[in-house]
Amino acid sequence: MEKTLLKIENLSKSYGNFKAVDKLSITIKKGNVYGLLGPNGSGKSTALGMVLNVVNPSEGSFEWYEGKLSTHEALKKIGAIIERPNFYPYMTAIQNLKLICQIKKCSYDNIAAKLELVGLWNRKNSRFSTYSLGMKQRLAIAAALVNSPELLILDEPTNGLDPQGIEQIRKLITLIASMGTTIILASHLLDEVEKVCNKVIVLKNGVKFYEGPTDQITQTHGYFEIGATDSKKLKSYLESIPEVKQLKWTDTFYHVSLNDSLSEEKLSQLLANETIFVTHFIKKQPSLEQEFLTLTQ
Amino acid sequence: MAVLSTIKVEIGPIEFYLAEQGIFNFPYIWHFNTFIISLLKIFFAVIIVAMVGNEYSYRTLKQNLIDGLSKKEFILSKAYTILAFVLLSTLLVFIISLILGSLYSDYTELLIIFSDLEYLIAFAVKLFGFFSFCLFLSILIKRSAFSLGFLGLWQVFEGICFGLMKWKLSDIIPQLSAEQVFQFFPLNAMSNLIKEPFTRLSAVQNIAQELGDGLTKDYSVSVLGIIIVLFWSFLFIWGSYIILKKSDL
Repeated sequence: MEKTLLKIENLSKSYGNFKAVDKLSITIKKGNVYGLLGPNGSGKSTALGMVLNVVNPSEGSFEWYEGKLSTHEALKKIGAIIERPNFYPYMTAIQNLKLICQIKKCSYDNIAAKLELVGLWNRKNSRFSTYSLGMKQRLAIAAALVNSPELLILDEPTNGLDPQGIEQIRKLITLIASMGTTIILASHLLDEVEKVCNKVIVLKNGVKFYEGPTDQITQTHGYFEIGATDSKKLKSYLESIPEVKQLKWTDTFYHVSLNDSLSEEKLSQLLANETIFVTHFIKKQPSLEQEFLTLTQ
Repeated sequence: MAVLSTIKVEIGPIEFYLAEQGIFNFPYIWHFNTFIISLLKIFFAVIIVAMVGNEYSYRTLKQNLIDGLSKKEFILSKAYTILAFVLLSTLLVFIISLILGSLYSDYTELLIIFSDLEYLIAFAVKLFGFFSFCLFLSILIKRSAFSLGFLGLWQVFEGICFGLMKWKLSDIIPQLSAEQVFQFFPLNAMSNLIKEPFTRLSAVQNIAQELGDGLTKDYSVSVLGIIIVLFWSFLFIWGSYIILKKSDL
């Protein structure tokens, strides 16, 4: 049985009449990488804020380490970054990390290694205010890792970064995940979540909408994109195939979703028998992004 | 405070005749210096308000809480900082007075030098109360400039209250005088701890007597005053904690 790190039960937060988070229950177990998805304003950051001791819950409860540790004690053992990096601007990277070590009651031994890991070692004595956004974001990751946390919470770690920066952070997250650290990753970059996370939690309007393994969410029969010169004939024939669930015309081809498995070979054979010659023929698996959009519509 | 000491030393020779009037005489110097130097408490107040305001504007308070600092520890760390400022200022005012006194005082007997030291205690309590109030305001208002503005407004508010009470209170409750109620107001309680020392000077006393208006005023430090200010300090620090505990960052 995997160890439970965090258990959230019926957690709610309302701002006046507006329910930012509504009766949310989640269990975070050790060894998993969770993707926390949801459109803007779906309550991801509020939910994370509550378990991170900065937002007071309106109702419900949560417990860290099966209730063995108080919230602030538990937070010393984990690492978290939220929305944007917050450090003392007049202090250097090293000074900021030392301060965090003092709060977390961990030794300074890790500082050098973590700064190396995020590629900031040669700027270690520069003040935080002189850093670029990408460097600030990477320093935040170093800070979150400095106590070798059991659980890493990342809320939009690639927000506002350039493509190179996003790529760097993505590689870092993959590396950290491969070292066996439990991660909760809240992000809009769904291909990133799809690559790294093995579990997905989707929030919508403060309510948990979906929870399950990442591959399950995308595990469908796939879909075809088919186009032909005689599109009328194509349409009428496709509609007669029992495996076809839905047809959707998209400018030059039909988007054909399936309700049962149908191989490329089989379909092309069928079409050839009907002497329909295709100009466009692709079978695709839906990405998490597409599924997410369908789910949250 | 280093600047402060040079100013004091400069004042010494320039207003030398004042020294001859006995402002640097032990034990009067304890009263005089603690009163004058406590006027400079506003500089430390700015530091405290800015320190807390920055925690909000840099969002380092939020980050520190996420890193595992408890809200109680945060308030305590600020309270300790305040205490350190108070102890430092008190030590400095002690040393400055000791030096100035030993240079200019007419009396140098040990017993006289170390009498009236309760003014130092009053000084420390006064500063602690004032800084706690600043801490409370900066946690309440979160922005340094507005907190300092509010501090000024509060001073005016206390003044208006006192005026109103002086005017009407005796009509409503004849047993109470305005001063009796007013001594419980935080800023007034702090300023009551060390009363103005000027009218205590022999020169001023002489003039007053010549005018036929003998000044009889109690300049001593009142224990009740100290208790009131300590109570307010506790209330301010505890209140800061409660506000922080209830707020979402």
